[in-house]
Amino acid sequence: MTDVWYAVSDSTRRQVLARVAAGPCSVGEIADALPVSMAAVSQHLKVLREAGLVSMTPAGRRRIYQARLEGLAELRAELDTYWTQALQSFKEVAEASYRAETTEQKEQQ
Amino acid sequence: MSIIREPTSVDLEITVDVPVEHAFKVFTEDFDRIKPREHNMLPVEIAETVLEPKVGGRVYDRGVDGSTCQWARVLVVEPPHRLVISWDITPDFRLEPDPARCSEVEFSFTSVGPEQTRVRLEHRHLDRHGAGWQGWRDRAAGDSAWGIYLERFRALAEA
Repeated sequence: MTDVWYAVSDSTRRQVLARVAAGPCSVGEIADALPVSMAAVSQHLKVLREAGLVSMTPAGRRRIYQARLEGLAELRAELDTYWTQALQSFKEVAEASYRAETTEQKEQQ
Repeated sequence: MSIIREPTSVDLEITVDVPVEHAFKVFTEDFDRIKPREHNMLPVEIAETVLEPKVGGRVYDRGVDGSTCQWARVLVVEPPHRLVISWDITPDFRLEPDPARCSEVEFSFTSVGPEQTRVRLEHRHLDRHGAGWQGWRDRAAGDSAWGIYLERFRALAEA
């Protein structure tokens, strides 16, 4: 699989990706929107597809390109890590303060 | 620690060896020691995170220079069993001003023994942030958004 960093390292390719992300479109539509030939657009799309950033669906004789909106999956992975960390800290803080409290009570008795 | 896998929520659970009242009290009063510090939208380091445990209360980070960043609202407080806060942060890590585009996080505390509490966390309605993702699309032609996006991507890839 092509590296995502490499895929977005080229400014023309980023423009192609931005156009695809704005809505499903064909190679011709992308070429119309940018100062780039259809052959060059196809090359950029190939790299973007290999990096998993863009998907293609055949529609009759046309090929429709679409950005892969996987932001949600990424967001979930990130929040999972974040909250797991928070709950682990919570467990440590709650148990330590409870132990301190009960020890203090025992000493007072 | 992960349990159910809804596509638009994050569900976690942990068992803590303390009574339910203590668990709730620590969670709401010591939130500062629970929230990961590195999650920070202020330009300076966080001095303290405050959770105001009342409906309509704010959840905010206070920076070492006194500046604040409110990133959540308290929606439900039912001691010692339930706390719900909003999550007013976009996927690309900015504050979300539109409540309709915010997700929410519910914490439930269930006593499973005299000195044992099960805490469940559900961060739900993540799809509401979808609009934020579309916002990213609009900015994608420029270079600035890429920095943020790629940094996040890198962090995930290296995790």
